[in-house]
This record gives sequence, structure tokens and C-alpha cells, in this order.
Amino acid sequence: MQITLTVNGTQHTLDVPENTLLVEIIREHLGLTGTHVGCDTSQCGACTVHLDGRAVKSCSMLAGQVDGASVTTIEGIGTPEALHPMQAAFRECHALQCGFCTPGMIMRAIDLVAEQPDLDSKAVRAGLEGNLCRCTGYHNIVRAVLHSAGSDQGGAP
Amino acid sequence: MYQFNYHRPATMAEAVALYGEAEDGLYLSGGQTLIPTLKQRLAAPSDLIDLSGIDALKGIKVEDGVVRVGAFTRHAEVARSPEIRKALPVLAALAGHIGDAQVRNMGTLGGSVANSDPAADYPAAVIGLGATLYTQDRDIAADDYFQDLFETALTPGEILTRIDFPIPDRAAYRKFPNPASRYAVVGVLVADFDGTIRVGVTGAGPCAFRATALEEALARSFSPDAVRSVEVPEAGFNSDLHASAEYRANLVRVMAERAVGDILAG
Ligand SMILES: Cc1cc2nc3c(=O)[nH]c(=O)nc-3n(C[C@H](O)[C@H](O)[C@H](O)COP(=O)(O)OP(=O)(O)OC[C@H]3O[C@@H](n4cnc5c(N)ncnc54)[C@H](O)[C@@H]3O)c2cc1C
Ligand code: FES
Ligand code: FES
Repeated sequence: MQITLTVNGTQHTLDVPENTLLVEIIREHLGLTGTHVGCDTSQCGACTVHLDGRAVKSCSMLAGQVDGASVTTIEGIGTPEALHPMQAAFRECHALQCGFCTPGMIMRAIDLVAEQPDLDSKAVRAGLEGNLCRCTGYHNIVRAVLHSAGSDQGGAP
Repeated sequence: MYQFNYHRPATMAEAVALYGEAEDGLYLSGGQTLIPTLKQRLAAPSDLIDLSGIDALKGIKVEDGVVRVGAFTRHAEVARSPEIRKALPVLAALAGHIGDAQVRNMGTLGGSVANSDPAADYPAAVIGLGATLYTQDRDIAADDYFQDLFETALTPGEILTRIDFPIPDRAAYRKFPNPASRYAVVGVLVADFDGTIRVGVTGAGPCAFRATALEEALARSFSPDAVRSVEVPEAGFNSDLHASAEYRANLVRVMAERAVGDILAG
């Protein structure tokens, strides 16, 4: 089937089999490998991207469902020279160990801060329920999100 | 995942026609249950008919003491809706605790209620609020809708189009969430319609049901003590690695007690 979608501001028209997942389009067809596949069973959130501005699990979406949509991946939010404030907060707060969960964490965290600017640590933990960190470094992830949201509970440990 | 044909019709009539022409069609709503099922090769439809393009399945309206929610309304939309938060806050709160944010951004009311997972949250509201479910052909009372494990009154090809939730005087929902998935190990919705009490239970049995003994006790005396005085028999309850039937029976009482406590605390 033919679909047209915008990824990180660039429009693509692709011919893909019907059973193609959004994450396969992103990683295999467009070569954007920052979006990770952790579980492939919709549990871990490593594959989180923004679909028309909201966080979704790209391993649980079909090509047809994103026809005409606009997708933002971790590659689309900042550059190595000019990190997105959430990326900068993760770096500053040492919020990653192996880094595998980080792209999904950051994409969900950006969405969380946008929908709920008044965050405390409980709200961040609840807001990140769909993202698992196998290194279990949740403490600093929560601090990074709070830091980026401007809360004084955040910041480098 | 097996190969299939994908369709995104713009009208109900087209969707129903596509289903009729398909060898083995399935409707696709938010995909948060169906896509993992397809990936596990537990279903092999010849055709997927995506309902997301049908405007008639969308929208929220509050009128005549009823909250009408289109089947293709995402959990996050219900949770955020200012109309629902004002008229029926218990439904917004329930939707806001389904799974996680990413699941709520995709999953829909119709998909959840059509699927009728024994541990899903919405069925407690459908039963507890005495909702009416609409399809392209008919309307179905909540009490006639849930039939057994993943079995509802829907016939093949029938599309849930809208659910109408009556607005009670007061109501609360409490669930004991599975700590990993947030699905309800047990969830109980208690609603008071001018002295008539409804108690909808999910998670405990093969499908959602009314706890009539609790309803009667609460109609006599609306208090946590009244809940404690009722025996909840475990017969027929689910027993799995998350909880035994006996534990679930106890959870029904504890969740009901907490819901009553929430209501009395205002
Ligand atoms: C990690 C995770 C955690 C979750 N946690 C919870 C939780 O805590 N509580 C909870 O309740 N749920 C939970 N869910 C399930 C979630 O709520 C799903 O969104 C929901 O069960 C299915 O809705 P859907 O719109 O995604 O439907 P789909 O997956 O698209 O469809 C589900 C089924 O319903 C049929 N169908 C869909 N729409 C219609 C319609 N309008 N008419 C007739 N048939 C239809 C489809 O053919 C399919 O068989 C979770 C899911 C995941 C992945
Ligand atoms: S890879 Fe998508 S949720 Fe884990
Ligand atoms: S940093 Fe390793 S999985 Fe989270």
C-alpha cells in the first residue's frame, strides 16, 4: 500500500506491505534508528514517538493508521549542538545508563511536561508508567524531567 | 504478523459493506489490543477495517442527564474532556487510569468494550452506570451486553457506535491495578441514582457483572459497614498468577468499601 507521512518535518511517500509497523517504517525504511524496539509487545515504551504531537508506541501502530499523519522521533527534537531542553536535562542529571530506554523516555517526558506543567515526583512517576528502564535508573530520570519542567525538586543529584 | 488487506472507510455503510465482502474481516479501532494480538499470530484476519476515518463514531455530548460518548473516542480524550469531567467525573478518572499515557492516546472506548477483556476498566462503568450501547442496528442494555470471557452481545459485523452513560447523583470507581499493566485485578464502580444503587465489578469474573447483594446492602445503608456485612462468594471467579479467586472475592469487598468511602468523603 502507498502511504504519505511527515517525519521530523519531511514528507515521505512510501510503498509498504499492509502489515508494516510504524517503528519499521521509522527504523528500516527511513533509517532513523534512534527509536528503539525493547519488547515489541507494547509494554516498555522504548519505541515512543509523537504522532500529531502525542506520545504513542510505534511498535503498536500500522502503516495505514499513520497515512497522512505527522510523526516526530528523537532525531527531530534537537541536534548534538543544540539539544532539546529535555535532552539537556537528561544529560545534566545523569538520567541514562545504557541509554536504551532514553529516546522513548525523552519523547514521553516532553509530552508529559506539555500536558501537565505543574509536576511533582509522584506525577512524573505516574506519567512515565508506560516506559521501562532495564537499568532501573528511574531516580535520575525523574529528577531530569522535574528539572526540565522547572521544578526545584529536580536537578543533578 | 500475517499479511492482510487494510481499509480505512469514511462511513459506517462502507465499513459494514467491507466487512460483508471480506473473507474473515476484523474491525480495527485504537489497535492497542488487536495489534499485539496480530503480532502474536493469535488472529489472522483477511481484512482489517480501520474505524478511525468514520466521523459518526466520534464525539462527546452531554444532554438529558446522559453522557454520550462515540465509540471511537480515545481514553485520553475521555480523561481530558471538560464536559465529562464536569458531568461524570468518575468516567474521566477511570479513563485516566487505563494502562499508560501512550496506550490512552490510542486506545478507544469502543475497542475496549467490544473486546471485553475480563480485566478491562470501562466495563465496570458500563455496568455500574447502567449504560446503553448502540450499534448500527440496535441498542443494547448494559445488563444484557457482557456474556462471558471475551464474549458480548455483539454479532459478527456489528459495530459499537456510541455508549450513553446515565449521570448518577454520586459515584466512585476503585481498582486494584496489576502493578505492571495497570489492568484491574479487581475494579468496582459504585453509583447512587437517587437511592437506587448500582455496583459494577470488573476483573473478578469472566466478564463484568453487577454485585446485586452489595447493591441491596448499600440501598439499605450507604456505608462501608454495609459493604463489610456482605459475603462475596468466590465461585466462578478468575484464578491466575495475579490473584486467586478467594483473594479476588475479598478485593471486590475492599474496592467497594473504598469507593463508598470516596463517595462519602465527597
Ligand atoms: C500496555 C497496555 C496496558 C493496558 N492497560 C489497560 C488497563 O489498565 N485497563 C484497560 O481497561 N485496558 C488496558 N489496556 C487495553 C487498552 O485499553 C485497549 O485500548 C483496549 O482494550 C482496546 O481498545 P482499542 O481501541 O485499542 O481496540 P482494538 O485493539 O483496535 O480492538 C479490540 C477489539 O475490538 C474490536 N472492535 C474495536 N472497535 C470496535 C467497534 N467499535 N465495534 C465492534 N468491534 C470493535 C476489534 O475488532 C478487536 O477485536 C492496555 C493495553 C496495553 C497495550
Ligand atoms: S518496543 Fe514498543 S512498547 Fe516496547
Ligand atoms: S538506561 Fe538502560 S534501559 Fe534505561
